[in-house]
Amino acid sequence: MENKSNTSLEATPEQLLYAKILEFGMFIGLLILLITFVLYAFGIMDPYIPVDKISGYWHMNVHDYLEHAKIQDGWAWVGMVKYGDFVNFIGIAILAGVTIICYAAIVPTLLKNKDTVYSIIAILEVIVLTAAASGIIAVGH
Amino acid sequence: MGENGKLWLIFLVCLFSVTLLISPAFADAPAEAASGGHAWWFWPLVLLIVTFIMGIAAVLAGVGGGVLFVPIISGFFPFHLDFVRGTGLLVALSGALAAGPGLLKLNLASLRLAIPVALIASTCAIAGAIIGLALPTNIVQICLGATILGICALMLVAKKSEFPDVPKADRLSSALRICGVYQEASTGEIIDWKIHRTPLGLVMFVFIGIMAGMFGLGAGWANVPVLNLLMGAPLKISVATSKFLLSITDTSAAWIYMNKGCVIPMMVVPSLVGIMLGSFVGVRVLKIAKPAMIRWIVIGILAFAGLKALHKGLFG
Repeated sequence: MENKSNTSLEATPEQLLYAKILEFGMFIGLLILLITFVLYAFGIMDPYIPVDKISGYWHMNVHDYLEHAKIQDGWAWVGMVKYGDFVNFIGIAILAGVTIICYAAIVPTLLKNKDTVYSIIAILEVIVLTAAASGIIAVGH
Repeated sequence: MGENGKLWLIFLVCLFSVTLLISPAFADAPAEAASGGHAWWFWPLVLLIVTFIMGIAAVLAGVGGGVLFVPIISGFFPFHLDFVRGTGLLVALSGALAAGPGLLKLNLASLRLAIPVALIASTCAIAGAIIGLALPTNIVQICLGATILGICALMLVAKKSEFPDVPKADRLSSALRICGVYQEASTGEIIDWKIHRTPLGLVMFVFIGIMAGMFGLGAGWANVPVLNLLMGAPLKISVATSKFLLSITDTSAAWIYMNKGCVIPMMVVPSLVGIMLGSFVGVRVLKIAKPAMIRWIVIGILAFAGLKALHKGLFG
């Protein structure tokens, strides 16, 4: 197996690719999050839960919060992005999702380098993170 | 008064003021009473100020924001632990995302070391999040309190090794080709590194992942000792890889909390902005402050928050 990539001072091509995507995703996610929060906090977009009512919810456990506020869990927020509070989830989802894209992006490079074990691990990581993101893993109090 | 003295004074005055503002009795009151006398922006603003100070303290004390966020915010703010954990994970995740690209490009964070470790930690973080969300809140509070006190003990006794002695790489790390080279900036020396005890290290990440997901703490406090002292990675590689690892471990747990509904943007955004701004300032303050002293203060605050979590869990 080729080992030169590990003994160089320079980062490997897949590491640089990963870093580039991570950086881009982080900036975009953070930028969108800040813009949408301004839209929300300054009342430019109407929120689902009025800002002066939110303090009545955050002391509840999540089950009671969802029930009292009549909010669905999982990806139901996508259907509510017209509201100022839920539009913030776009930025949060980008921040939480960029790692999946980074992993998916390095798989071809790993395969090209015949790095089979790491290719398999990277694919497994994509599966694990996608399963977590999909909402198929149900939990509850 | 010298520059250090002034900084100390400002830091302590801020800490004192904020502690007064968010006294436990006030925070423990029902939400109606707690927020009744304030405008809607009061708690988010206090959250922004506290997380800003937390961001400075975290840099100076050499800990992640997540490990300070969850015990302190859940102990002294009127937010339910479910939302604090969800926010704590996003705080730790954002810090890791901000630092990760630079550390990878500098070749200080090792993707080769992180990939196998991350698979175990992120899978177990999902399990941890499921356990944490399924258990009654008081049980999680008790476990959180005990864990925080354990972290304090770890911070007190754990030593760090700049360049651990690794006589021979173990078979697993050799097979996975987990090794590397970096240049020590302070001396210009080229450091060749390899690791050992990989199977045991991987087992440790099972527990680290579970705790990260269960409490929303981030896991830098545990990653670094395992990578550095147990597996023998140089300290710089361990710290950088640990920071990058959080971006993967916390991603999986954050999705579980997010899908469950444990994310309130009015809590998340002020916390993220506060911690990030605090970290920027902290890096500058680091040049003139005395980190050892601040580390003691942080350990003290964490111990207090740990006891508070235990108290809340045991007596409601």
